Amino acid sequence: MTLFLIPAFPFAGFLVNRAFGRRLTKAVAGGVACAAMVASFLVSMVTVWQLLSLPAEERSIAQHAFMWISSGDFNVSLAFRLDPLAAVMILVVTGIGALIHVYSTAYMHDEPDSEYARYFSYLNLFAAFMLVLVLAANFLVMFVGWEGVGLCSYLLIGFWFEKKSASDAGKKAFIVNRIGDFGFILGVFLAFVRFGTLDFDDIARAVGSMGTETTFGTLSLMTLLLFVGATGKSAQIPLYVWLPDAMEGPTPVSALIHAATMVTAGVYMIGRNAALFAHAPQTLTIVAIIGTATALMAGTIGLVQNDIKRVLAYSTVSQLGYMFLAMGVGAFAAGIFHLYTHAFFKALLFLGSGAVIHALAGEQDLRRMGGLKRQLPITYATFLIGAIAIAGVPGLAGFFSKDEILFETYAGGHTLLWAIGLLTSLLTAVYMFRLVFLAFHGERPLSPPASAGQAHAPAPQHPEEREPAAEHPAPGTQHLAPVEHDAPPAMALALIVLAIGSVVAGYVGLPAVLGGGNWFARFLEPSFHVEAPHEAASHDLELTLMIVSSGVAIAGIGLAAYFFLRNRRAADAMAQRFAGLYRVLLHKYYVDEIYDATVVQPVRIVSEEGLWKIVDARVIDGAVNGVGRVVATSSELLRRVQTGSVRAYAASLFFGVVAILGFYLLR
Amino acid sequence: MVTLNHYLILSAILFSIGTAGVFVRRNLITILLSIEIMLNATNLTFVAFGRALGAADGQIIVFFVMTVAAAEAAVGLAIVISVFRHRESLNPDSFTNLKW
Repeated sequence: MTLFLIPAFPFAGFLVNRAFGRRLTKAVAGGVACAAMVASFLVSMVTVWQLLSLPAEERSIAQHAFMWISSGDFNVSLAFRLDPLAAVMILVVTGIGALIHVYSTAYMHDEPDSEYARYFSYLNLFAAFMLVLVLAANFLVMFVGWEGVGLCSYLLIGFWFEKKSASDAGKKAFIVNRIGDFGFILGVFLAFVRFGTLDFDDIARAVGSMGTETTFGTLSLMTLLLFVGATGKSAQIPLYVWLPDAMEGPTPVSALIHAATMVTAGVYMIGRNAALFAHAPQTLTIVAIIGTATALMAGTIGLVQNDIKRVLAYSTVSQLGYMFLAMGVGAFAAGIFHLYTHAFFKALLFLGSGAVIHALAGEQDLRRMGGLKRQLPITYATFLIGAIAIAGVPGLAGFFSKDEILFETYAGGHTLLWAIGLLTSLLTAVYMFRLVFLAFHGERPLSPPASAGQAHAPAPQHPEEREPAAEHPAPGTQHLAPVEHDAPPAMALALIVLAIGSVVAGYVGLPAVLGGGNWFARFLEPSFHVEAPHEAASHDLELTLMIVSSGVAIAGIGLAAYFFLRNRRAADAMAQRFAGLYRVLLHKYYVDEIYDATVVQPVRIVSEEGLWKIVDARVIDGAVNGVGRVVATSSELLRRVQTGSVRAYAASLFFGVVAILGFYLLR
Repeated sequence: MVTLNHYLILSAILFSIGTAGVFVRRNLITILLSIEIMLNATNLTFVAFGRALGAADGQIIVFFVMTVAAAEAAVGLAIVISVFRHRESLNPDSFTNLKW
């Protein structure tokens, strides 16, 4: 039952911190939570080691706890299965999760004891549900994890719930995810109707004997519904709007849930059902297009945002778009590879931004930062490594995975998608280094550039552009918080380990053309039940594409250096020249406003004016009150029968008996 | 020859007298007496049927009815006495407080 131990440790940590949290000191609460994650990581290592010792084709460890639901033909057992895909995921979740727990012990240190324990209990619960999600052997167990991580995401985004914006963001995340989950569960129902089972392996085997669907049929519908679930969980168009707002939560939460693990659940789910998706090319095309569109859209928004965490949030959305592009072109291994490398460098970047925010007592506005590289050397160094990795500079993790995706896209004949992907990769380098240069280089402005802000953006920018956390009260708008200190040891440890990971993580998937064996893809292959495409693609082509994308990454860094390091006036001039475009980007294409006008307000108006004031207040309340009124009126009449006179009662009794007897006698 | 019908008619007459007494008299003791007449009218029916059918059941039931009637009379009279002590009246129409 070792597989069950993996989520059991964090769950136990959750129970301890939840039950005794009020009475625990910070050291105990944080210690329990971190110990649970480390224990889970060690067990994961052992089980993955067992998995590796099996021959490649038999790498699958299934463990079955009990029959969970058995009703007629519908049989679902509580079962876990560890295969190469799940192995990658549990190592990412427990490994990076443990680092983020350690980081959190320092980051959350200003919270009161009970809040501190509450934070760690949620974080542990999240890890437990995430592990259930990735280890699940069938759709229903996966759904438990799927909903559980959504719950924890809601709880942690709204962790500082006294702040209205945080509780609103939590609700937004939860409700937007519900829409996706509705699609997901419909897809699961359809899968059961079609295959009679919910077990992933059985479905893959059943679908393997079927032909690929050329027209839009059951499989396409099923996969499309599942993909709707993925768009909700993994923040893709049209349901990505919750993720940027989710930055209201504590920064380590953004790193763990909204960058490294939970948001990749949609990608993982598609990888888990690769055989199913591979048989529905129509859906795959949609997945690829949505992924590319999301990558481009989020990348452009990320260019102009001024909140350090929002830039990273849009970057996450954009990178998730990349993963979906990979899934959509059938390069499942490449998508999971990017998921895995992205977990390292995006967690690193978020934790780095957390260190900056921590040092600046809650300041998140890039325009009030600058020159931090002197005061925060460790943060700067690690952040720079993360930025280089995500930009796709050769030799670091992001380069290998992103390159793999672009290569597979091009080799699959999707030239347009490839071109947009390349453009996005340029944008990635630009916005990432804009962030680095604005935050760490140059000089810190003495007062916030209110006038500069007003020049091309309305000063109270947008209801969602908020000032820092309530827990760290914002400095007065006129003076800046002093730089306090570089990352404390616990935070520095996590940053350094992740920085090392961001450098070396890519080498497990070193492509053949660079002398590697593409070991990662071959390791994952048995999980997908599909043959890897484009085996015969030429190495020359791959090398050419690699050089092109490296060139693009370096060009992006150069652009950022020109605009944000050498000549900031040029950036302002650009913003003014394209003021319309700039405003659209700053307001994130007005998507929130459009959703508000087309979905939120109509729903609210129908609910308020129709359902509440008419259906509820008139119809339902009317029926209930009407029944009461009828009873009261008739009782008012009937009670006059009760005269209190014994002789009247006797008479009514007598005549009643006579009437009944008479009825039977004369009938 | 006295037949079953004669007994039944007599019984019906007695029962009607008792019923009428319960309805029209304004004295609780008279009403109790009227009830006794009604009970005895039914007793007469039981005995008459018992004899006509040649079964002892009717006569046995009469013994039960008589004991119950005795108990009823005892309780009833006790209630009447205590009511009278309270209200100085035996008219049932003046006891109508027990209502809504």
